[in-house]
Amino acid sequence: MKNPILKGVALTAALIAVAGCGSRRPPTLPPTPGGVDGGQNGANGNQDGWNGTTVPGSRADFIQSVPSDRVFFALDSHTLTAEGRSVLDAQAQWLNTNARVNVTIEGHADERGTREYNLALGERRANAVRLYLESRGVASGRLQTVTYGKERPEAFGSDEASHSRNRRSVTVVPEA
Amino acid sequence: MKRTFLTLAAAFLAAQPAFAQTQPPQEPEEFVADVTGAEDSVFRVAVPVFATPQAASTAAGNTTNLAQQIAEVIVTDLRNSRRFQPTGPGGLPAPSFGNVQSPNYGTWQGLGADNLIQGYVQANADGTLTVGCYLFDVDGQSQRARQGFVIQPGEWRRAAHRCADTIYGSLTADSGFFDTRVVYVAESGPPGRRRKQLAIMDYDGANHRFLTQGQWTVLTPRFAPDQRTITFMSYENERPRVYILDMASGRVRPLVEGPYQTFAPRYSPDSRTIVFSMAQNGNTDVYTVPVAGGTPRRLTNAPGIDTGGSFSPDGRQIVFESDRGGSQQIYVMNADGSGQRRISFGGGGAATPEWSPRGDLIAYTQTGSFRIGVMRPDGGGARLLTRDSGEGPTWAPNGRAIMYQRGLGRGQVWYVDVASGATRRVPTPLEGSDPNWSALRPN
Repeated sequence: MKNPILKGVALTAALIAVAGCGSRRPPTLPPTPGGVDGGQNGANGNQDGWNGTTVPGSRADFIQSVPSDRVFFALDSHTLTAEGRSVLDAQAQWLNTNARVNVTIEGHADERGTREYNLALGERRANAVRLYLESRGVASGRLQTVTYGKERPEAFGSDEASHSRNRRSVTVVPEA
Repeated sequence: MKRTFLTLAAAFLAAQPAFAQTQPPQEPEEFVADVTGAEDSVFRVAVPVFATPQAASTAAGNTTNLAQQIAEVIVTDLRNSRRFQPTGPGGLPAPSFGNVQSPNYGTWQGLGADNLIQGYVQANADGTLTVGCYLFDVDGQSQRARQGFVIQPGEWRRAAHRCADTIYGSLTADSGFFDTRVVYVAESGPPGRRRKQLAIMDYDGANHRFLTQGQWTVLTPRFAPDQRTITFMSYENERPRVYILDMASGRVRPLVEGPYQTFAPRYSPDSRTIVFSMAQNGNTDVYTVPVAGGTPRRLTNAPGIDTGGSFSPDGRQIVFESDRGGSQQIYVMNADGSGQRRISFGGGGAATPEWSPRGDLIAYTQTGSFRIGVMRPDGGGARLLTRDSGEGPTWAPNGRAIMYQRGLGRGQVWYVDVASGATRRVPTPLEGSDPNWSALRPN
């Protein structure tokens, strides 16, 4: 740790790891490998030991307050599933509580589409989420969409388990 | 056996009536690479080492070495084109400088050469090089073509490529594709956090350099036909949109202003217009806009994804892909958006259409399999050229070869000979995606 820049990188990595632990397994596909319970209890606020330290309206607050920051889609589809709508209901509730927070909705696709088509598909998914959140009372001006197509996969296998994790939208609350 | 199959397949295709637009053509025929099938049009060429009036050192090395290297590049170019069987420079007698324009035909007849290329490299007092290049008909004992270049020493590979293009153009009915460049996305780093840089290189991988440093993800670069600008998509400031890079100044500017994401840019043949896609509230359509600036013109308005627009070589039509019919398929329209009609009906789906510079074929990526294929502009005659997963075909300027990204997550740059299906990798320092093959370079 003699290099302060390296130290900063390590700290960032640690924060990401913490955020990863705090985010809960989505209630819908895909299941967490190995069947580990990601801690879905207390999905509506009572966080185990976190409430005292979390800044309301922060990314950490969002991650802890909603069942998931993401929803998943079927192959080549931008239709929200019942599970996805349930996740978005919770996100909308949080957004309506934290009315000064603007968010970015990322749309992603798996690797099985061609690059440019997937950019369009990711936008279509992000837009579907935006429309749903709007329908739940979130002002459209607070919702920005961005498509990453297949450029930002989270799972790197070429199997359906990986593909299904990559066909997603992610609601991103800005870092404080 | 393979040849028999090809012949039968060709006869079958010829027997098909012209496709009505509502009638699906047959599934694409499996294409079997058969290099010997093109034997009739393969030219045997001898390429001895170039001569030099006297060994002289230059900024690019000694002229004796350059004379060897230029002959080697010509041999490699001709061999890679699949239309020549070159021999040399190793193993062939080296002509003297005085014999460059008057070969000893008897010697070359004895060696079985039909065609002979001789040339020379000369260092000039002002630091430039003169490269001369001559093509002889050995049996006819006559000169068929010649070409001379005065170049900076560092451009010697270009002189070799242009010499090979001269030979290609003289012996075949086409122009060559050797004095060309490729712009592509150089990739490195772990999946999920790929570093993507614009890079440019000669078609054979030489003279590689990076155009961006990788701070922002970049995608799908395309040369203007005049090669003065490159258009590409960038995530600069996490705001994905299409940019124009001016090659002379290095300046970069957005193609269009506005809140919506733009992507999939391609130039018109006159370099003045760009066809691109814009995603707006979940609906992606194809637009055109003048490169110099102006209001985008919307060409499609179907609900769904219309993207991948590519101009026909006469600039009058645009081929694009759309999922309006339920799956990704290829459509053609007039350049003003009128007359939209579907041309592909394959069950596999088809994407990323690219109109050949010859106008005779449209290259595409078969969805699902990610194989590269070609079809006629009426949708008929579809056949697959590659076996492995890849995407994003881009044409050689003479329409005889297609470069593409081979491999999906970790790609490489390859090209395939359209006639034979033979493939070849373009060496790159990193992994590569989204190649785009330039036109022949302006002089």
